[in-house]
Amino acid sequence: MKVLVPVKRVIDYNVKVRVKPDKTGVDLANVKMSMNPFDEISVEEAVRLKEAGTATEVVIVSIGPQQAQETIRTALAMGGDRGILIKTNETVEPLGVAKLLAKVVEEEKPDLVIVGKQAIDDDSNQTGQMLAALLDWPQGTFAYKLEKDGDSLTVTREVDGGLQTVKLALPAIITVDLRLNEPRYASLPNIMKAKKKEIAEKAPADYGVDISPRLTVVQVTEPPVRQAGEKVEDVATLVSKLKTAGVI
Amino acid sequence: MAVLVIAEHDGASLADATNKVVTAAAKLGGDVDILVAGEGAGDVAAAAAKVSGVRKVLHADGATVGKQLAEAMEALVVPLMAGYDAVLLAATTTGKNMAPRIAAKLDVMQISEITGVIDADTFERPIYAGNAMMTVKSSDAKKVITVRGTSFEAAGNDGSAAVESVAAPAGPFKSEFVSEEMVKSDRPELAGAKRVVSGGRALGSAEKFQEVIFPLADKLGAAVGASRAAVDAGYAPNDYQVGQTGKIVAPELYVAIGISGAIQHLAGMKDSKVIVAINKDEEAPIFQVADYGLVADLFVAVPELTSAL
Ligand SMILES: Cc1cc2nc3c(=O)[nH]c(=O)nc-3n(C[C@H](O)[C@H](O)[C@H](O)COP(=O)(O)OP(=O)(O)OC[C@H]3O[C@@H](n4cnc5c(N)ncnc54)[C@H](O)[C@@H]3O)c2cc1C
Ligand SMILES: Nc1ncnc2c1ncn2[C@@H]1O[C@H](COP(=O)(O)O)[C@@H](O)[C@H]1O
Repeated sequence: MKVLVPVKRVIDYNVKVRVKPDKTGVDLANVKMSMNPFDEISVEEAVRLKEAGTATEVVIVSIGPQQAQETIRTALAMGGDRGILIKTNETVEPLGVAKLLAKVVEEEKPDLVIVGKQAIDDDSNQTGQMLAALLDWPQGTFAYKLEKDGDSLTVTREVDGGLQTVKLALPAIITVDLRLNEPRYASLPNIMKAKKKEIAEKAPADYGVDISPRLTVVQVTEPPVRQAGEKVEDVATLVSKLKTAGVI
Repeated sequence: MAVLVIAEHDGASLADATNKVVTAAAKLGGDVDILVAGEGAGDVAAAAAKVSGVRKVLHADGATVGKQLAEAMEALVVPLMAGYDAVLLAATTTGKNMAPRIAAKLDVMQISEITGVIDADTFERPIYAGNAMMTVKSSDAKKVITVRGTSFEAAGNDGSAAVESVAAPAGPFKSEFVSEEMVKSDRPELAGAKRVVSGGRALGSAEKFQEVIFPLADKLGAAVGASRAAVDAGYAPNDYQVGQTGKIVAPELYVAIGISGAIQHLAGMKDSKVIVAINKDEEAPIFQVADYGLVADLFVAVPELTSAL
């Protein structure tokens, strides 16, 4: 089984983002960038499938600027076999990303695509589902557990209210949730080995799909800031404050 | 202008989230219809007909849409969209699962988790875990939108719309429901609760979580939440997670116990009206958003608080 894993380069999850004073976006200058945390989980899952003998090849793909190559390298150091960088300096919306990925799927013919549940920059939570629709493939979103049996995949999903299990006919799309696995750190020898792995470079134009944005950003603003309140001495004071505030 | 709202329900009752989505839908202007898809969900359709301001209810009854899986819902909704300018869904796991599938089939860019409607094309939504708010204008002819429930009041229930049947799609589909394990609880539902008590990693075990958090929640009539760390460690079920990638809550009272206040957690609760934090580290970031902070060992302070109420 061949597995395709799309990874996105995003602002590191530990960075406190700042909105630009001109309200055009957030300040990305000199900010630490990393692989989207959900995509680390996808890569880990794909690599585990390979280690278990279920997957034969793990192909990593990223759409983004030249530096997204570093993100692909990280995935290769975790155990991916080769990479594809679709280079662009434009912001590509989830619909555009899904259209490009659909073309990559046509070329690569994977049996499974493991996508992150959401990118922590745009918080869209769309790309995997859109890709599934464009390909007419079944989807198992917010995956908590995966099990392959024959030509199908049993996916346990994290849903409001608990867990839901669905069975998908392969080929299929999975989007991963936080508790699917705990991603590994790449070892130094594997980081060295990853430097020799192949990364093909492409441009959106090579795929002949229209990825022009459908949404115009009117403005980006700071959310209302919450003022810190007061520290209370003890439980009795807390109770009386809450009573005064009328919440208990 | 006609707007379709896809009902959120469990087969038996209509979720309050639907009433909130109707409020957002009404802000686009035009007629609002509700689609109820399910198997034997006649009661839900009847409840949807009572939601204030709704023109009519479309009821699709059939086994293929019994669990509202995305593949079947796509097949149901996409053809219906010929008669609508926009479709709105609650930003719940069910809504998030199917909405992008419908959007891609209509070749439109979905607008996720809106918190405000500026006009029929322009919407406000949080990005970067709520650390920035973005206003976007859509150039797509049809809109596919998911709605953050905490940002909209629920529409009332004094309507009397007609219920019309629509055919459920014929299967089979490439996905199939196998089973579900739902967390049973008599406590209020987290997303809509007026009070929430959440526990973090500091609780240390599932036993302690139950021993310390539940009695306080019960005294307050509160829903129970948790940080990701507490869920990951197995102290609480996944359904309890509050935050960027869990549930978004905005109760009148939020009590954070043994939670440090990482931005991903704050993203899910910082719109609460009154926030109480109990943490033994006076430097914990949670205190920066708390109205009332108590620096104390939770294992002492929480039982004391529970008995003082
Ligand atoms: C992609 C991504 C998404 C995420 N999404 C979410 C999300 O949706 N929700 C979420 O919550 N997190 C999320 N996180 C995780 C988040 O970054 C934090 O790791 C997590 O919120 C920490 O949980 P915590 O506060 O319980 O644990 P900790 O940060 O370990 O804090 C425990 C706190 O308990 C206090 N404490 C310890 N002992 C006691 C005691 N006896 N009495 C009182 N206080 C005590 C400590 O001082 C500390 O402040 C996400 C992370 C990533 C990378
Ligand atoms: N530019 C991109 N390159 C590669 N993968 C992406 C890109 N954008 C989104 N994805 C994938 O889609 C997932 C969900 O992103 P989103 O729909 O933007 O929240 C991410 O976790 C990635 O797996």
